[in-house]
Amino acid sequence: MSPFMGYFMLGSAFLIIVSMALMLARLLGGPTLYDRLLAVNSFGTKTVLFLCVFCFIIGRPDGVDIALLYALMNFIGTIAVLKFFNYQALDVGLMRGNNSERGGRS
Amino acid sequence: MSLILAAAAEAAYAAETAQHMEWWGVISTIGTLVSMSAGLFFVMAGTIGVLRLPEFYTRLHAAGMTDTLGAELILFALILQADNVQMVLKLLLVGFFLFVTSPTATHAVAHAAYRAGLRPLLGEYRAPALEEDGS
Repeated sequence: MSPFMGYFMLGSAFLIIVSMALMLARLLGGPTLYDRLLAVNSFGTKTVLFLCVFCFIIGRPDGVDIALLYALMNFIGTIAVLKFFNYQALDVGLMRGNNSERGGRS
Repeated sequence: MSLILAAAAEAAYAAETAQHMEWWGVISTIGTLVSMSAGLFFVMAGTIGVLRLPEFYTRLHAAGMTDTLGAELILFALILQADNVQMVLKLLLVGFFLFVTSPTATHAVAHAAYRAGLRPLLGEYRAPALEEDGS
């Protein structure tokens, strides 16, 4: 990677960090729960992007695996928190016919 | 303007260092600059929209789509800079999972908020009513 492209990647990583910090403001001061969940989800996406750019800056391709893992765990965490606040429990099925015999809200 | 000059210098550098791949160097450098700048623009626009829009559904509208498009553009810029096939495949996999999971999570958050009773701030046009037994 040439020096100019290295500095360009460094600036891009800095802008992604600034965007994450602004999203953290919405996360801390969001009026409702769903604002905070939206901010967490967007923050996780920006974390994946920052990890990919950072791996290119330091020249080690290992962190892209961590970024892939983080993308999947971010999605699963968002769905889990939504399900918990909807059903007040985590052991109910997401399909409609599955909830009545297990005590969930239909 | 200085960015264009720096891009031209970068293209000349790429053409000098790799004579046999000079056109690919120029194309990948310009593609990376354009795609990364567009992706950063979308990501920053989505963040400012989440900070400044008045209520939840407009914030969701700002964040949901710009995050998907900005992430894909930034990952495309990184793919143009990758130097082996393994890296390209990993970045394609990250892009595919972000492309699938990000709209799904946005839809789930919007649906859960609407079911929990959070009503949008309405103007002249009204949203259609949900059926009472819908899941």
